Amino acid sequence: MTRVHDMGGRFGDGAVDPSDNAVFAKDWHARALAVTLAAGALGQWNIDASRHSRELLSPKDYGRFSYYEKWLSALADMLVSQGVITEEELRSGTGQGESPISAKALKAASVAATLSKGSPYARTEAPDPAFQAGDRVRTRRPSRNTLVDGGHTRLPAYAAGATGTVKLLHGAHVFPDANAHGFGEAAEPLYAVAFSARDLWGQEASAQDEVILDLWQSYLEPA
Amino acid sequence: MPHDHHDHDHPHALLPPDPALRVKALETILTDKGLIDPAALDEIIDTYQNKIGPQNGAKVVAKMWSDPEFRAAMLSDPMPLLEEMGFYGRQGEHMVIVENTDDVHNVVVCTLCSCYPWPLLGIPPGWYKSDAYRSRVVREPRKVLQEFGVNIPEETSVRVWDSTAEIRYLVVPKRPAGTEGLDEAALEALVTRDSMVGTGLALEPAQ
Repeated sequence: MTRVHDMGGRFGDGAVDPSDNAVFAKDWHARALAVTLAAGALGQWNIDASRHSRELLSPKDYGRFSYYEKWLSALADMLVSQGVITEEELRSGTGQGESPISAKALKAASVAATLSKGSPYARTEAPDPAFQAGDRVRTRRPSRNTLVDGGHTRLPAYAAGATGTVKLLHGAHVFPDANAHGFGEAAEPLYAVAFSARDLWGQEASAQDEVILDLWQSYLEPA
Repeated sequence: MPHDHHDHDHPHALLPPDPALRVKALETILTDKGLIDPAALDEIIDTYQNKIGPQNGAKVVAKMWSDPEFRAAMLSDPMPLLEEMGFYGRQGEHMVIVENTDDVHNVVVCTLCSCYPWPLLGIPPGWYKSDAYRSRVVREPRKVLQEFGVNIPEETSVRVWDSTAEIRYLVVPKRPAGTEGLDEAALEALVTRDSMVGTGLALEPAQ
């Protein structure tokens, strides 16, 4: 049921390399980030749709692409699927005529204001919280989007079907499973849920260790 | 149930294979269409290269170490204070601050993508976005921390925060011994980026 990006707990990736610590290891990395943010500012998609477009890369591409190559490929795919540019323009490498939405282009003078304004995801209109801190809850299994087959979801496979304890109530937040697919924000209560490392990974994990995930109400049922 | 039709439709294959040329191609197309102002790109890069980075988070940590009232407020309701300090913005709209103690060591990851508190730490480093970190730190955090040179005593609990929503986590490292006389500016210099993700500790004053 999962996609390639859902890699928590996977074996085989080898050691982490702490010396890989540059923010932009190459000049084009910075440019890729900037083009992606500037294109996002056109307002033609939301953050959940943009995450999902990276998840839609084939496992082969996801594995061989470097981080910012994933961003660029997903950006190109979204620009075409949203009708912002055409396949012909991608093929030729040049844009044909002014876009009808060019007035939305992010100007240098508004960059600071746009980045510091942010985009809050908390909402007041939502179902009442069904759980309180300390409640035992079980997550959905398998982890899946129930609205779209293969759609976006934020319940990692490694935590599907697990029982944990509600630690924090974050209030209601935009629901990515709906928002990524144009079904509206459908805000739901969001919780930080703590799982014992042993419940997730077995007896080799330390008994006192925990993994905490932020999970939406519809991923959870009382345990 | 509807299918994700994009699965069979990948226009990105039309771009040139060299990634630097791919960026250039997209920038050119979007600029030709009036959708991108190249000067805005320079401004975005300058922001994340020079203005927003771990120095912001270090200010917050040093102030929490020095000012008990500020610390208490940051742990219970950080957003108003962060806005006041100018540390609000994209990818930092909903911060939760977690504190390392003798009993608990916190470490942050995003197993599904690369969520990270931009206004406080800037853009994440390569290792944070690597498959090895994303896949392993939830399953074997103590081993991964050892790869960063950090050994967590068995009696200390390790708490891994997987950033699966728009909540962003900042770790407050333990204040090193022997720093009692230091002012906030001197303390800031001890707070590394990795210590605020949980893969490092704050520096000792002599280091």
